[in-house]
Formats: sequence, structure tokens, C-alpha cells
Amino acid sequence: MTLFKKLLGVGLFLALVLVLVPWLIERSGRWDFYYTLTSVALLSIASAGVWLTFYIGRINIGQGAYALVGGYVSAILVTQAGMNFWLTLPLAGLFCALLSVLIGLPILRLRGVYFAMVTLVLTEVVRLTALALPITNGARGIVNIPLPTELSLFGLTLIPDFGTLANPKLAFYLAAVIMMILSYAVLYRIVHSRLGHLCRSLQQNEELAASIGVNITYLRILAYSISSFFGGIAGASFVNISQSIYPSSFQVVDSVNFMLNCFLGGLGYVFGPMLGTLLLYFGWDLLFTTGKYQLLIYSSLLILLMLVLPNGLLSLRLSRKAKQPAQASPDKQPSGATP
Amino acid sequence: MEQIIANGLYLGAQYALIALGLTLIFSLMNVLNFAHGQMYVLGGFITYTVVAQLGLPFLLGILVSGLLLALMGAGVEKYLFRPVVARSVREESTMLLAAGIAFFLDAVILLLFGEKQRGIPKIVDGVFNWDFRIIMPYDRIVVGLLALAAVAAFILYMRYSRTGRAMRALAQDRTAAQLMGVDVNRYSMFGFALGAMLAGVAGGLLVSITGVNLGMGGPTSIKAFMMIMIGGAGVISGAIAGGFILGMMESVGLTVLAAYGDVTYLIIFASLMVFLAFRPQGLMGKPWG
Repeated sequence: MTLFKKLLGVGLFLALVLVLVPWLIERSGRWDFYYTLTSVALLSIASAGVWLTFYIGRINIGQGAYALVGGYVSAILVTQAGMNFWLTLPLAGLFCALLSVLIGLPILRLRGVYFAMVTLVLTEVVRLTALALPITNGARGIVNIPLPTELSLFGLTLIPDFGTLANPKLAFYLAAVIMMILSYAVLYRIVHSRLGHLCRSLQQNEELAASIGVNITYLRILAYSISSFFGGIAGASFVNISQSIYPSSFQVVDSVNFMLNCFLGGLGYVFGPMLGTLLLYFGWDLLFTTGKYQLLIYSSLLILLMLVLPNGLLSLRLSRKAKQPAQASPDKQPSGATP
Repeated sequence: MEQIIANGLYLGAQYALIALGLTLIFSLMNVLNFAHGQMYVLGGFITYTVVAQLGLPFLLGILVSGLLLALMGAGVEKYLFRPVVARSVREESTMLLAAGIAFFLDAVILLLFGEKQRGIPKIVDGVFNWDFRIIMPYDRIVVGLLALAAVAAFILYMRYSRTGRAMRALAQDRTAAQLMGVDVNRYSMFGFALGAMLAGVAGGLLVSITGVNLGMGGPTSIKAFMMIMIGGAGVISGAIAGGFILGMMESVGLTVLAAYGDVTYLIIFASLMVFLAFRPQGLMGKPWG
């Protein structure tokens, strides 16, 4: 893809999410879509983190844990220390990244299904910890979290006070979408850098990578902590939009969903998780009208999709455009993925 | 103390039955069956229907849920997992499928049986009381023994039957088994059916004691994952050990830590993570099996 085409794509995407979508919502009067789309944007940030762990060859079903931790860190800082939400956001992310280094050191030695199961258990551990600790207020959770306040630098208002805005929904939407775009820009940059190539070497064969001199322990931890950072900021923003957090805000189902988003979009594509989140969350939302058959239809579609496109939605485009290289790689990859 | 051990053994026998099914499916197919807890719940509801609605004997109920679940397992393997495994680039893709099936079963259970907690009448009346040191209702003892019998039957079947030998060969090395003339597709399907059947039987046993409800599927899957992590994924002896260890820990934890509130599972989880840091493959697993 040429640079021009790339820029055009980015420009079109920006126009779509920042101008066209608000305009359409304005015209159609479906204001509830703002909340849905804001959630999609935030959840896709967390999914981006999961995708990065997939990229080093680990199945991460523990993103819900970091989203919950990030949410609690931000909620506690806002309600008890009176900090500005926008300052707690990076702090929540950093806290999660630090935590993930501590947790990741032992568990990143695990592989395949073992890692997947341990991360799944991790989600449950965090939920139970939130229930047991006094500072998180147990099952009652933290409610009435104030809306994000003004962020100013040298008297210049960078982000206005959400409480005074005429349309906080739109503001939340824009903030979430911008955060999503920044996260995916970072992800794209990581994947297309030296770091990304090294991560790919881990995905294919860790022993081989180590034998060539790649510091696999360091890389694994780095990728995992970036992933958790994404989870933390997504959780923190989500909590501040819903203005409340409970131990059940992010649980095992959410962790599984983050992973499903990545699968659905396709593991080989940076923007896969974004598409996957949009489809899964929006699909679930649209099926709400079917009442009690919602879960049945949703899961049937999921199974069908898996039968038709086992390699994710974005593989559709690839298989049509680049048939020869796409056929060559599947033969090689399974043997590399399972030593 | 005796009471704690007795409770732990009773829990462990049931847990081992669940973990066996999960580990069997994992060792044969390399599929982490997210839907295992849902299969277990479905088995419970089928037994409930047979026993409480139709008024048939309890053992028949267990038999029916085992058979139906086995049929379902075979269908799931043949029509869902096999095509996806054959066509996906990364074998983790089966996880999405397994999660989809878990959601699907949840939806089916919700539509067929509703949200209510369901139970069946006691199968045996009376309470076993040994000098107030061990007090245990007879129906729990019967269920525990039935679970143990099922575990024993499974082990004997895997060890001495031709099918069992084929499945063990498959678990050891799929390619080698194929080269030796084992019909890989057939025994994969059979193994999946057997694993689902074990889940169904465990669910059927459970419904006589605690009843079943829709929400039990997910937590049961998580418990089963923990058991096979303790014992080592894909190893039969490991699954049994994991089941009994978890049952014992739960029993001890609920008694000893009762004063501190609901922290038993937190401590079990935390110690599991520490344990895995030292022994990633579990007690009996092969490294990176």
C-alpha cells in the first residue's frame, strides 16, 4: 500500500467516525447509539491489548482483570483523592502495566492453553479481590463518580468540564474515539517496528528466537504490559462514563469477549479487534429487539461465522486479493505455532 | 477434621468426573472446551426432566443425560470442530467456536428449562452419623460412590478396551497414531462424545444434591480449568488428582476460613498462580504437552 493510499484511508476513517457518525445520529435522532459506540470504542482499546498478546503467541483471557483494576484505580483516585479524571487515566494505565509486570513474570513462562487458563483465572482473582478489599467497597462498589472535569494547561482549556457541556454524550463519544484512534496508531506503530518483528518471531518459535539472541523474557513482559496498559485505560474510561464500578463490572464473560473480538476480526490484522468489537457489541445490541431469542441468535451467528470464516473476518479480503501468498503461509504456520 | 476430609472426598469425586471429560477432550483434540460447564448443566437439567417431570428412576435419568450428551458431543465434534480445525490457520480459533457453543448452550438451556433453580426429590433418605464425627446424608454418599464408580469405569475403559487404547495413542501422538492405522476422525469424535457424556453424568449426579440452575455453567468451567491446571492438562491421572485436590482445598477452606468471609476461592486462586509459577505443567503434565 502506498503512503497516499494509507493517508487517504486514515482520512476517510477520521471523517467517518468524527463527522459522519455524529451527523447521522443527529439526523436519525438515535441518541442511544452514542453510548453504544462509545462503549465499542473503549472496549476495542482493551481488545487491542489482547491482540498484542496474541501477537506474541499467547492467548490472553485476562484483559477483564486489568480493565477492572484500571477502573478501580481511577474511581478511587477520583472519588477519594479528588483527582482530575484525565490525570487518573494514565495513572490507571501505568498501575496496570506495573501490576502486569509482577504477574507476568511468573505466568508468561506458561504457554498455549495453560496461559489461557491462568489468565482466565486471573479475571476471577481480581473480581474476588475487589469483593474482599475494604477500599473497593465490596459488592456495593463505588457509585456516583463525578463526570470528568476540566483539564487545563497554563490557563488554556484543553478538555472542557463534561458536567457543563450541553451534550456530554457527544463529548464522551469523541473522547473515546480519539483515544481509540491513538491506541490503534500506537499498536500499528509497534507492529510495524523492529519490536513488532521480534514479537512475530516469538509467535512462531520462542526457542529459535532465543537462540538467535532475542531477549524473549523482556519482550514478553513488554508486550504484556503494553497490553495491560490498554486494558487499564479502557476500564478507567468505561467506569467514568457509567459513573459507577462494581466487582462485576468486568468479569470472565468480558474477558472472553475481548478475546472473541480479536478472533472475529482476525488475528493477523491490526485493525481486526476494532472490527470485531464493533460487530460483536453492535450485533448484540441490535439483537436486543429479538427478546429472549437474543442469545440464541447471537451464538448461532457466532458459530456460523466461525464455520464459514475460521480465520477471522478480515481474512476475506486477504484471500481474494493475495491468493498465492495466503495459500503458502497456512501450510507453514501450524507447524511453527505448535512446536 | 474427619468431617472435612469426608466432605472433600465427596466434592473431589464429583470434580474429578468433570475434569476427566475436559482433559479427555483437550488431550485428543487440543481444544479447550469452554462449553464444558454448560454441558454439565444441560446434563443436570435432562436428569431433572426425566426424574422429576416424567417420574422415572434416578439411574435411568443419569443414563439418559449421559447418552444425550454423548450424542450432542459427537455432533459438535463432527459438524463444528472438525471443519474449523481443518481450515483455520491458528488452532486457537477453536476457542471462539467453543465459546460460541457455550453461549449457544446457555441460550438453549434458558429457552428449554428457564432460569429457575431445579432439583429432584432425595434419592435416599436418612443421614449417616458416625458418633457425630462424620455426619453425611446418605444421598451424598451414594452420589459420591456413583461418581467414584464412573471414574473407575472410565479408567478401566481407557486402559483395557480397544477404543481406549486408540484414544490414548491419539493423545500421545496424533500423527503416529494415524500412521499405525488408527482412524483419527472416528476416535476424535468418540472421545469428544465420551467427554461430553462424563459432563452429562456429573451434572445428573449433581442435580440430586444441590439442584442446577442456568448460571452454574461458567463457574463450573472455571473450576474444571483449575483442576486440570493443578493436575496437568491432557493427563487422566492429573485430572483426577486435580479434582480431589480442589475438592479438599474447598472443603478445608470453607471450614477454616469461614471467619474471614468469602476468601476461600481467592486463596485457592492465588496459591494456584504461585504453584504454576514453579511448576507450569501442573503435577503430572508433560512440559508444553
